[in-house]
Amino acid sequence: MSDPTTQVPVGDVLAPGTPAPDFTLPSAPERALALRELRGRPVILAFYPADWSPVCGDEVALFNQVLPEFRRYGAELLGLSVDGVWCHAAFARQRNLHFPLLADFEPKGAVARRYGAYRAQDGTSERALFVLDGDGVIRWSYLSPIDVNPGADGILRALESLPDRGRTA
Amino acid sequence: MNEPRLQPAVGSDDHVLGPADAPVTLVEYGDFQCPYCGQAYPIVKAVQQRLGDDLRFVFRHFPLTEMHPFAQHAAEAAEAAGAQGHFWAMHDALYEHQSRLDDPALVRYAAALGLDADRVARALEEGTYAQRVQDDFLSGVRSGVNGTPTFFVNGARFDGDWTDEATFLRALRAAALARRS
Repeated sequence: MSDPTTQVPVGDVLAPGTPAPDFTLPSAPERALALRELRGRPVILAFYPADWSPVCGDEVALFNQVLPEFRRYGAELLGLSVDGVWCHAAFARQRNLHFPLLADFEPKGAVARRYGAYRAQDGTSERALFVLDGDGVIRWSYLSPIDVNPGADGILRALESLPDRGRTA
Repeated sequence: MNEPRLQPAVGSDDHVLGPADAPVTLVEYGDFQCPYCGQAYPIVKAVQQRLGDDLRFVFRHFPLTEMHPFAQHAAEAAEAAGAQGHFWAMHDALYEHQSRLDDPALVRYAAALGLDADRVARALEEGTYAQRVQDDFLSGVRSGVNGTPTFFVNGARFDGDWTDEATFLRALRAAALARRS
Protein backbone atom coordinates (compact mmCIF):
# COMPACT_ATOMS: atom_id res chain seq x y z
CA MET A 1 0.00 0.00 0.00
CA SER A 2 1.46 3.36 -0.95
CA ASP A 3 0.95 6.62 0.86
CA PRO A 4 -2.32 8.07 -0.50
CA THR A 5 -1.01 11.63 -0.11
CA THR A 6 1.50 10.98 -2.89
CA GLN A 7 -1.26 9.96 -5.30
CA VAL A 8 -3.15 13.21 -5.70
CA PRO A 9 -5.52 12.89 -8.65
CA VAL A 10 -4.96 15.12 -11.63
CA GLY A 11 -7.50 16.61 -13.99
CA ASP A 12 -11.06 17.68 -13.38
CA VAL A 13 -14.11 15.50 -13.37
CA LEU A 14 -17.40 17.04 -14.48
CA ALA A 15 -18.73 19.30 -11.75
CA PRO A 16 -22.14 19.41 -10.04
CA GLY A 17 -24.71 21.29 -12.11
CA THR A 18 -23.44 19.84 -15.39
CA PRO A 19 -25.93 17.81 -17.45
CA ALA A 20 -24.53 14.26 -17.53
CA PRO A 21 -23.38 13.39 -21.08
CA ASP A 22 -25.60 10.65 -22.45
CA PHE A 23 -24.05 7.38 -23.60
CA THR A 24 -24.96 3.90 -24.72
CA LEU A 25 -22.63 1.10 -23.67
CA PRO A 26 -22.74 -2.69 -23.71
CA SER A 27 -23.98 -4.05 -20.37
CA ALA A 28 -23.68 -7.71 -21.35
CA PRO A 29 -22.89 -9.67 -24.49
CA GLU A 30 -25.47 -8.48 -27.06
CA ARG A 31 -27.14 -6.06 -24.67
CA ALA A 32 -26.71 -2.32 -24.26
CA LEU A 33 -27.84 0.29 -21.79
CA ALA A 34 -28.43 3.98 -22.53
CA LEU A 35 -28.11 6.45 -19.68
CA ARG A 36 -31.28 8.26 -20.80
CA GLU A 37 -33.32 5.10 -20.14
CA LEU A 38 -32.82 5.75 -16.44
CA ARG A 39 -34.33 9.26 -16.44
CA GLY A 40 -36.66 9.86 -13.52
CA ARG A 41 -34.41 8.05 -11.09
CA PRO A 42 -31.15 9.03 -9.43
CA VAL A 43 -28.17 7.29 -11.03
CA ILE A 44 -24.78 6.54 -9.51
CA LEU A 45 -21.91 6.24 -11.98
CA ALA A 46 -18.88 4.48 -10.51
CA PHE A 47 -15.85 4.64 -12.81
CA TYR A 48 -13.06 2.33 -11.69
CA PRO A 49 -9.72 1.42 -13.27
CA ALA A 50 -10.10 -2.30 -13.92
CA ASP A 51 -11.92 -5.52 -13.14
CA TRP A 52 -10.03 -7.90 -10.86
CA SER A 53 -7.53 -5.47 -9.37
CA PRO A 54 -7.62 -5.70 -5.55
CA VAL A 55 -8.79 -2.19 -4.66
CA CYS A 56 -11.51 -2.16 -7.32
CA GLY A 57 -12.54 -5.56 -6.06
CA ASP A 58 -13.08 -4.04 -2.66
CA GLU A 59 -14.92 -1.08 -4.15
CA VAL A 60 -17.38 -3.09 -6.24
CA ALA A 61 -17.85 -5.58 -3.40
CA LEU A 62 -18.63 -2.73 -1.04
CA PHE A 63 -21.05 -1.02 -3.43
CA ASN A 64 -22.68 -4.38 -4.13
CA GLN A 65 -23.23 -4.86 -0.41
CA VAL A 66 -24.57 -1.31 0.05
CA LEU A 67 -26.90 -1.65 -2.98
CA PRO A 68 -30.07 -2.07 -0.84
CA GLU A 69 -29.30 1.31 0.77
CA PHE A 70 -28.85 2.97 -2.64
CA ARG A 71 -32.14 1.44 -3.79
CA ARG A 72 -33.96 2.94 -0.82
CA TYR A 73 -33.45 6.23 -2.67
CA GLY A 74 -34.67 4.63 -5.89
CA ALA A 75 -31.16 4.96 -7.27
CA GLU A 76 -29.55 2.83 -9.97
CA LEU A 77 -25.87 1.97 -9.72
CA LEU A 78 -23.74 1.52 -12.86
CA GLY A 79 -20.10 0.43 -12.81
CA LEU A 80 -17.89 1.53 -15.70
CA SER A 81 -14.42 0.50 -16.77
CA VAL A 82 -12.54 -0.06 -20.04
CA ASP A 83 -12.81 -3.85 -19.67
CA GLY A 84 -14.80 -5.75 -22.29
CA VAL A 85 -18.18 -7.42 -21.79
CA TRP A 86 -16.84 -10.95 -21.32
CA CYS A 87 -14.38 -9.78 -18.73
CA HIS A 88 -17.18 -7.90 -16.93
CA ALA A 89 -19.42 -10.97 -17.12
CA ALA A 90 -16.81 -13.20 -15.50
CA PHE A 91 -16.00 -10.58 -12.86
CA ALA A 92 -19.66 -9.99 -12.02
CA ARG A 93 -20.30 -13.72 -11.73
CA GLN A 94 -17.30 -14.33 -9.53
CA ARG A 95 -18.17 -11.43 -7.19
CA ASN A 96 -21.91 -12.11 -7.24
CA LEU A 97 -22.65 -8.54 -8.35
CA HIS A 98 -26.23 -7.32 -8.58
CA PHE A 99 -25.68 -4.19 -10.66
CA PRO A 100 -24.58 -3.71 -14.30
CA LEU A 101 -20.98 -3.25 -15.33
CA LEU A 102 -20.71 -1.23 -18.54
CA ALA A 103 -17.91 -1.81 -21.04
CA ASP A 104 -16.30 1.51 -21.99
CA PHE A 105 -14.21 -0.57 -24.35
CA GLU A 106 -14.55 0.70 -27.93
CA PRO A 107 -13.59 3.42 -28.57
CA LYS A 108 -11.62 2.81 -25.43
CA GLY A 109 -12.52 5.06 -22.51
CA ALA A 110 -14.66 7.36 -24.67
CA VAL A 111 -17.30 7.81 -21.95
CA ALA A 112 -14.71 8.24 -19.20
CA ARG A 113 -13.04 10.98 -21.29
CA ARG A 114 -16.33 12.88 -21.59
CA TYR A 115 -16.72 12.82 -17.81
CA GLY A 116 -13.13 13.96 -17.22
CA ALA A 117 -12.43 10.58 -15.69
CA TYR A 118 -9.90 9.06 -18.09
CA ARG A 119 -6.38 8.31 -16.98
CA ALA A 120 -4.33 8.58 -20.18
CA GLN A 121 -1.02 7.51 -18.66
CA ASP A 122 -2.52 4.12 -17.69
CA GLY A 123 -5.16 3.72 -20.38
CA THR A 124 -7.89 3.18 -17.78
CA SER A 125 -10.61 5.26 -16.18
CA GLU A 126 -9.96 7.07 -12.94
CA ARG A 127 -11.63 6.05 -9.71
CA ALA A 128 -14.44 8.60 -9.96
CA LEU A 129 -18.01 8.81 -8.69
CA PHE A 130 -20.99 10.77 -9.98
CA VAL A 131 -24.49 11.07 -8.56
CA LEU A 132 -27.12 12.20 -11.09
CA ASP A 133 -30.59 13.40 -10.23
CA GLY A 134 -33.72 12.19 -12.02
CA ASP A 135 -33.28 14.88 -14.68
CA GLY A 136 -29.87 13.57 -15.60
CA VAL A 137 -27.96 16.45 -14.02
CA ILE A 138 -24.78 15.75 -12.05
CA ARG A 139 -25.41 16.67 -8.40
CA TRP A 140 -22.19 15.34 -6.87
CA SER A 141 -18.88 14.18 -8.23
CA TYR A 142 -15.74 12.91 -6.63
CA LEU A 143 -12.33 11.91 -7.93
CA SER A 144 -10.60 9.51 -5.57
CA PRO A 145 -6.87 8.86 -5.33
CA ILE A 146 -6.37 5.87 -7.63
CA ASP A 147 -5.30 3.56 -4.80
CA VAL A 148 -7.96 4.55 -2.28
CA ASN A 149 -11.38 2.98 -2.38
CA PRO A 150 -13.67 5.98 -1.83
CA GLY A 151 -16.30 4.22 0.29
CA ALA A 152 -20.04 4.78 -0.03
CA ASP A 153 -20.66 7.55 2.50
CA GLY A 154 -20.28 10.37 -0.04
CA ILE A 155 -22.79 8.71 -2.38
CA LEU A 156 -25.34 8.29 0.41
CA ARG A 157 -24.97 11.91 1.50
CA ALA A 158 -25.45 13.03 -2.10
CA LEU A 159 -28.57 10.86 -2.52
CA GLU A 160 -29.99 12.24 0.72
CA SER A 161 -29.61 15.81 -0.46
CA LEU A 162 -31.40 15.25 -3.79
CA PRO A 163 -34.77 16.98 -4.08
CA ASP A 164 -37.67 14.52 -4.04
CA ARG A 165 -38.59 15.21 -7.64
CA GLY A 166 -35.48 13.26 -8.51
CA ARG A 167 -37.31 10.09 -7.64
CA THR A 168 -40.81 10.59 -8.95
CA ALA A 169 -40.74 7.93 -11.66
CA MET B 1 -15.07 15.69 0.46
CA ASN B 2 -14.82 15.61 4.24
CA GLU B 3 -12.32 13.25 5.79
CA PRO B 4 -14.18 10.06 6.63
CA ARG B 5 -14.92 10.03 10.37
CA LEU B 6 -16.31 7.40 12.66
CA GLN B 7 -20.00 7.74 13.41
CA PRO B 8 -21.44 7.15 15.86
CA ALA B 9 -18.51 7.58 18.24
CA VAL B 10 -17.57 4.65 20.47
CA GLY B 11 -20.36 4.10 22.96
CA SER B 12 -21.76 1.76 25.57
CA ASP B 13 -23.05 -0.70 22.93
CA ASP B 14 -19.57 -1.30 21.58
CA HIS B 15 -17.25 -4.20 22.27
CA VAL B 16 -14.27 -2.55 23.90
CA LEU B 17 -10.89 -3.74 25.17
CA GLY B 18 -8.73 -1.28 27.08
CA PRO B 19 -9.25 1.79 29.24
CA ALA B 20 -11.83 4.42 28.28
CA ASP B 21 -9.25 7.19 28.80
CA ALA B 22 -6.57 5.59 26.60
CA PRO B 23 -4.94 8.19 24.32
CA VAL B 24 -5.55 6.01 21.27
CA THR B 25 -8.85 4.42 20.28
CA LEU B 26 -8.51 1.94 17.43
CA VAL B 27 -11.79 0.81 15.86
CA GLU B 28 -11.83 -2.09 13.43
CA TYR B 29 -14.70 -2.79 11.06
CA GLY B 30 -14.15 -6.43 10.30
CA ASP B 31 -15.58 -9.56 8.70
CA PHE B 32 -14.75 -12.91 10.31
CA GLN B 33 -14.52 -14.67 6.95
CA CYS B 34 -12.35 -12.02 5.29
CA PRO B 35 -8.76 -13.18 4.74
CA TYR B 36 -7.38 -9.65 5.15
CA CYS B 37 -9.09 -9.39 8.53
CA GLY B 38 -7.51 -12.71 9.37
CA GLN B 39 -4.17 -11.21 8.40
CA ALA B 40 -4.86 -8.16 10.60
CA TYR B 41 -5.85 -10.26 13.64
CA PRO B 42 -2.33 -11.07 14.93
CA ILE B 43 -1.11 -7.57 14.04
CA VAL B 44 -3.86 -6.00 16.14
CA LYS B 45 -3.02 -8.39 18.98
CA ALA B 46 0.63 -7.35 18.73
CA VAL B 47 -0.03 -3.61 18.82
CA GLN B 48 -2.44 -4.12 21.73
CA GLN B 49 0.36 -5.83 23.61
CA ARG B 50 2.93 -3.18 22.71
CA LEU B 51 0.73 -0.21 23.60
CA GLY B 52 -0.88 -1.69 26.71
CA ASP B 53 -3.10 0.82 28.50
CA ASP B 54 -2.37 3.45 25.86
CA LEU B 55 -4.75 1.64 23.49
CA ARG B 56 -8.47 1.07 23.52
CA PHE B 57 -9.56 -1.42 20.84
CA VAL B 58 -13.11 -1.63 19.51
CA PHE B 59 -14.55 -4.16 17.06
CA ARG B 60 -17.58 -3.51 14.85
CA HIS B 61 -19.08 -5.90 12.31
CA PHE B 62 -18.86 -5.34 8.58
CA PRO B 63 -19.76 -8.67 6.96
CA LEU B 64 -19.48 -8.67 3.16
CA THR B 65 -22.07 -11.39 2.83
CA GLU B 66 -22.19 -11.39 -0.97
CA MET B 67 -18.59 -12.57 -0.98
CA HIS B 68 -18.46 -14.35 2.36
CA PRO B 69 -21.50 -16.57 2.91
CA PHE B 70 -20.54 -17.47 6.51
CA ALA B 71 -19.66 -13.95 7.66
CA GLN B 72 -23.13 -12.93 8.81
CA HIS B 73 -23.70 -15.89 11.12
CA ALA B 74 -20.14 -15.71 12.37
CA ALA B 75 -20.80 -12.11 13.42
CA GLU B 76 -24.10 -13.11 15.03
CA ALA B 77 -22.33 -15.93 16.88
CA ALA B 78 -19.84 -13.41 18.29
CA GLU B 79 -22.78 -11.30 19.47
CA ALA B 80 -24.45 -14.37 20.98
CA ALA B 81 -21.21 -15.12 22.85
CA GLY B 82 -21.11 -11.46 23.87
CA ALA B 83 -24.57 -11.81 25.39
CA GLN B 84 -23.01 -14.46 27.62
CA GLY B 85 -20.11 -12.13 28.45
CA HIS B 86 -17.55 -13.67 26.06
CA PHE B 87 -17.50 -11.62 22.88
CA TRP B 88 -13.71 -11.42 22.70
CA ALA B 89 -13.13 -15.12 23.28
CA MET B 90 -15.44 -15.87 20.35
CA HIS B 91 -13.89 -13.09 18.24
CA ASP B 92 -10.50 -14.76 18.72
CA ALA B 93 -11.83 -18.26 18.12
CA LEU B 94 -13.43 -17.19 14.82
CA TYR B 95 -10.26 -15.56 13.51
CA GLU B 96 -8.27 -18.60 14.56
CA HIS B 97 -10.65 -20.93 12.67
CA GLN B 98 -11.51 -18.89 9.60
CA SER B 99 -11.58 -21.91 7.33
CA ARG B 100 -14.53 -23.49 9.23
CA LEU B 101 -17.34 -21.04 9.96
CA ASP B 102 -20.49 -22.99 9.13
CA ASP B 103 -23.24 -23.06 11.77
CA PRO B 104 -22.29 -26.40 13.37
CA ALA B 105 -18.70 -25.16 13.68
CA LEU B 106 -19.85 -21.90 15.29
CA VAL B 107 -21.87 -23.83 17.86
CA ARG B 108 -18.90 -26.12 18.53
CA TYR B 109 -16.64 -23.13 19.20
CA ALA B 110 -19.21 -21.78 21.66
CA ALA B 111 -19.26 -25.13 23.45
CA ALA B 112 -15.47 -25.30 23.51
CA LEU B 113 -15.41 -21.87 25.17
CA GLY B 114 -17.72 -23.21 27.90
CA LEU B 115 -20.72 -21.18 26.72
CA ASP B 116 -24.33 -22.26 26.57
CA ALA B 117 -24.04 -23.60 23.00
CA ASP B 118 -27.78 -24.28 22.65
CA ARG B 119 -28.50 -20.63 23.28
CA VAL B 120 -25.98 -19.66 20.60
CA ALA B 121 -27.54 -22.14 18.15
CA ARG B 122 -31.02 -20.77 18.86
CA ALA B 123 -29.84 -17.18 18.40
CA LEU B 124 -28.41 -18.11 14.99
CA GLU B 125 -31.62 -19.84 13.98
CA GLU B 126 -33.83 -16.97 15.11
CA GLY B 127 -31.56 -14.20 13.87
CA THR B 128 -31.57 -12.65 17.36
CA TYR B 129 -28.52 -10.51 16.62
CA ALA B 130 -29.02 -9.96 12.89
CA GLN B 131 -30.18 -6.37 13.38
CA ARG B 132 -27.31 -5.57 15.71
CA VAL B 133 -24.84 -6.75 13.05
CA GLN B 134 -26.70 -4.78 10.37
CA ASP B 135 -26.58 -1.64 12.55
CA ASP B 136 -22.81 -1.99 12.80
CA PHE B 137 -22.61 -2.47 9.03
CA LEU B 138 -24.65 0.67 8.31
CA SER B 139 -22.63 2.73 10.78
CA GLY B 140 -19.56 1.56 8.89
CA VAL B 141 -21.00 2.64 5.55
CA ARG B 142 -21.78 6.07 7.02
CA SER B 143 -18.31 6.31 8.48
CA GLY B 144 -16.66 5.70 5.11
CA VAL B 145 -15.62 2.08 5.57
CA ASN B 146 -14.10 1.11 2.22
CA GLY B 147 -13.32 -2.56 2.55
CA THR B 148 -12.41 -4.99 5.28
CA PRO B 149 -10.73 -4.42 7.54
CA THR B 150 -11.11 -0.65 7.83
CA PHE B 151 -9.52 0.98 10.86
CA PHE B 152 -10.33 4.28 12.53
CA VAL B 153 -7.71 5.89 14.75
CA ASN B 154 -9.16 8.42 17.20
CA GLY B 155 -12.19 8.74 14.93
CA ALA B 156 -10.38 9.32 11.61
CA ARG B 157 -10.28 6.64 8.91
CA PHE B 158 -6.81 5.17 8.72
CA ASP B 159 -5.75 4.93 5.06
CA GLY B 160 -2.15 4.03 5.88
CA ASP B 161 -0.47 0.65 5.98
CA TRP B 162 -1.57 -1.69 8.76
CA THR B 163 0.00 -4.79 7.20
CA ASP B 164 3.40 -3.98 8.66
CA GLU B 165 3.31 -4.06 12.45
CA ALA B 166 6.13 -1.52 12.94
CA THR B 167 4.53 1.00 10.58
CA PHE B 168 1.11 0.55 12.17
CA LEU B 169 2.59 0.93 15.64
CA ARG B 170 4.35 4.16 14.63
CA ALA B 171 1.08 5.60 13.34
CA LEU B 172 -0.74 4.67 16.56
CA ARG B 173 2.03 6.15 18.72
CA ALA B 174 1.90 9.35 16.68
CA ALA B 175 -1.85 9.54 17.32
CA ALA B 176 -1.22 9.10 21.06
CA LEU B 177 1.32 11.92 21.02
CA ALA B 178 -1.01 14.22 19.09
CA ARG B 179 -3.73 13.54 21.63
CA ARG B 180 -1.48 14.37 24.57
CA SER B 181 0.02 17.56 23.17
